[in-house]
Amino acid sequence: MSKSSGNRQQEAQQHNPISTSRRHFFKQSLVGSTVLAAPAFIISRNSTAQTIEPELPPSPPTTPWLDELPIAIEPLAQTDLLADTSMLPQGIAHTEIGECGRNNHQHWDDFFGSPVLQPDQADLYELRAKADPQHVFHPDYPPQLMWNFEGKTQAGTPYPNPTFFARYGRPIIMRLHNELPQNHTGFGTPEISMHLHNLHTPSESDGFPGDYFSPVKSGPTLAAPGYFKDHFYPNVYAGVEEFGSIGDMREALGTLWYHDHTLDFTAPNASRGMAGFYLLFDDLDSGDEHDANPAALRLPSHPYDYPLLFQDKRFDASGIQIFNQLDPEGTLGDKITVNGKIEPVLRVARRKYRFRLLNAGPSRFYEFYLVNSANTVQKFIHISNDGNLFTAPLRNRDRIRLGVAERGDIVIDFSKYALGTELYLVNRLVQEKTRGPKNVAAPGVRVLKFIIDREPSEPDVSRVPNVLRPIRMPTADEISAAPVRRWTFSRSNGLWKINNRLVDVNSPRATITKGNTEVWELNNPSGGWSHPVHIHFEEGVILGKFVNGVQVPIPVHERGRKDVYVLGPNTMLRIFLRFRDFTGKYVMHCHNMIHEDHAMMLRWDIKA
Amino acid sequence: MKNEDTTTNTRREILAGLGLATLGLASLNKVWDAMRAEQQTELATTLSSHAANNSGFPNVSLVTHEGEIVRFYDDLIRNKVVAINMMYTQCAGICPVATANLLRVQDLLGLRAGRDIFMYSLTLQPELDTPATLKRYAERHGIQPGWKLLTGMPEDIELLRYSLGFFDRDAEVDDIKENHTGMVRIGNDALGRWSMAPSLAEPSQILATINHLDPKVVHTYTSTHS
Repeated sequence: MSKSSGNRQQEAQQHNPISTSRRHFFKQSLVGSTVLAAPAFIISRNSTAQTIEPELPPSPPTTPWLDELPIAIEPLAQTDLLADTSMLPQGIAHTEIGECGRNNHQHWDDFFGSPVLQPDQADLYELRAKADPQHVFHPDYPPQLMWNFEGKTQAGTPYPNPTFFARYGRPIIMRLHNELPQNHTGFGTPEISMHLHNLHTPSESDGFPGDYFSPVKSGPTLAAPGYFKDHFYPNVYAGVEEFGSIGDMREALGTLWYHDHTLDFTAPNASRGMAGFYLLFDDLDSGDEHDANPAALRLPSHPYDYPLLFQDKRFDASGIQIFNQLDPEGTLGDKITVNGKIEPVLRVARRKYRFRLLNAGPSRFYEFYLVNSANTVQKFIHISNDGNLFTAPLRNRDRIRLGVAERGDIVIDFSKYALGTELYLVNRLVQEKTRGPKNVAAPGVRVLKFIIDREPSEPDVSRVPNVLRPIRMPTADEISAAPVRRWTFSRSNGLWKINNRLVDVNSPRATITKGNTEVWELNNPSGGWSHPVHIHFEEGVILGKFVNGVQVPIPVHERGRKDVYVLGPNTMLRIFLRFRDFTGKYVMHCHNMIHEDHAMMLRWDIKA
Repeated sequence: MKNEDTTTNTRREILAGLGLATLGLASLNKVWDAMRAEQQTELATTLSSHAANNSGFPNVSLVTHEGEIVRFYDDLIRNKVVAINMMYTQCAGICPVATANLLRVQDLLGLRAGRDIFMYSLTLQPELDTPATLKRYAERHGIQPGWKLLTGMPEDIELLRYSLGFFDRDAEVDDIKENHTGMVRIGNDALGRWSMAPSLAEPSQILATINHLDPKVVHTYTSTHS
């Protein structure tokens, strides 16, 4: 600091010591690059707006389109978990060889016979939660720390946050090792509880928030720490007990995702990374556009089926990611990563692609548009919401809005464009606070660039049929017979609450008998914020939407099944839910991860 | 620089003159008065001291309910696992429940309180909550050693309130003191890791979050039932 500026500051302090001290303090905080927990912002009280603005400086500018995404994703390869006979997966927690103290896998014997898993009974996978100290979000930023679920390619090469290719009727055992550094400093905590959103998963494999573990720590609902945890993903449709076999095919999900769900730390841990896709296929949505089965949809399939994971992140002046653990409203990212990269390019062939868009949080909402270089909006087909295929595709759509944890599958037909055409995915939703989004404004922020750089190697035989997946809507009798629970999402005393109460993972707020149905009314009586509410385990159907007490039409893309219900300001949604097949503890929470951590979540149980 | 050293020395002399080790209630208030008189110079000290630590926390001077002068970062936070709430002795709303919950937490912590885990209550009303007032509050509620009730210069308390995240972006909400009593800020300075628990949560839940941040603890949950 130069002498003259120092003198000026001293003078200013003499004139107005109190306000100057506050400004000075927050400016001082901004200077330190080693700030770990620092409230690195300036607080100013704007007398006209009557708001307090902790202002983080914007992330440093980046030169767009320097990095490229791979032209195709590589699915996670299996690991032979039966190779070491001393470490076989089993129904009871294998604590003597280092598994954490989870509850017993439900229905293990029904699926596999007791007690030893036989070859070919299940697909076997392995993930390792690990730190990567050299991740590059953007070439303009230095290599830096990211936490990943690391898997292996078919060739045995480790790679971060891989995509599962799973299939209904084919169970999966997934062994999750926790190899995060226990001496880690800064935001993020090295315990994990991996939630698979929103598979029809027994409770002990759901990634319940209290079930976090590391080799030296276990969460409040887990019996003992461990080096690893086996999750059992039955890959059955909901409705096994009602319909037999593997359940009701109308209940299929196609686009699921996994992420850390550690109690109190979901936002910082999600900001560190640790999220990926779990794609689930069946005979209808078979993942094979060449499928000879006449019932198969033959949607564009791998390598033209491409998941896109969006996260909002903030970087300090030196280009290192920051997350303010001490801001009660977290840190809103102003850089949007796509599969871990800022402003990447994806080179595509001149044909149809299926893109699976996921808002992986922690806090930003998106409204994406596809535009050309002149910002003219382009059309696409919307086929799925929250992983649930619509009964019929929504053609000629020009936008897709995603609250945190919402998914949207779209089909873009690049054959309409000349070779060399460049298109952009842009976010036009304006958001300045983690509390919720504001207006939509063009031209928006370009987050991903498509370059149509080649002809396909073979004719495009994929299609988007006019009929996709049937839906089982509740009957009028079912709706009127269903008990109603009302849940109000509100804020008081600096905390986010449900029915004026705070999360307690040791105590269920609702207990439902297996096989029952209920109507849940989700109510956001405030005009100040939005809550993307997620209900684990079961998909629901929105029966009605009310804004300021007035019934409004349900948006056309929200008329199918969902598992994230965006409660905008002054909004109430009525949801029909069935609770089926498994027992145990689950949660409902706001998926704005800051709200979730501060403590807008509740436990609900299914009992036999 | 010279200016700041002088300030600190003057402060130290005043405080030393008051015989800090054996303060009665009357003396506590003298400390308080002395500190108030020093408010202007204290600001300069404050500004120089947060430049000196990298935690981002203002290293302001505070007075405990036992009359001890402490530096917020150096003496209360550095390398410690801490649980901090904000309260004021005249708060009739949720503060009594919060205090009762934290008493139960202190009880559950047993020997860990004051050894592994440090509990602090910062007053939101430093103008009224003198060290003596806080001491009476502590005695009335049976607060044990290892839990410090803290007051200080109003401006310093405000800085701490913001830096610890006890604030609301809506100024009208922010102006109501009771709105800042709902949270226990829990952190581990050595790991640079911070979380929170609701002050109205079950004591076992607050303890579970503390345990999550205490590397010495394996299983985070202790049942308070049965």
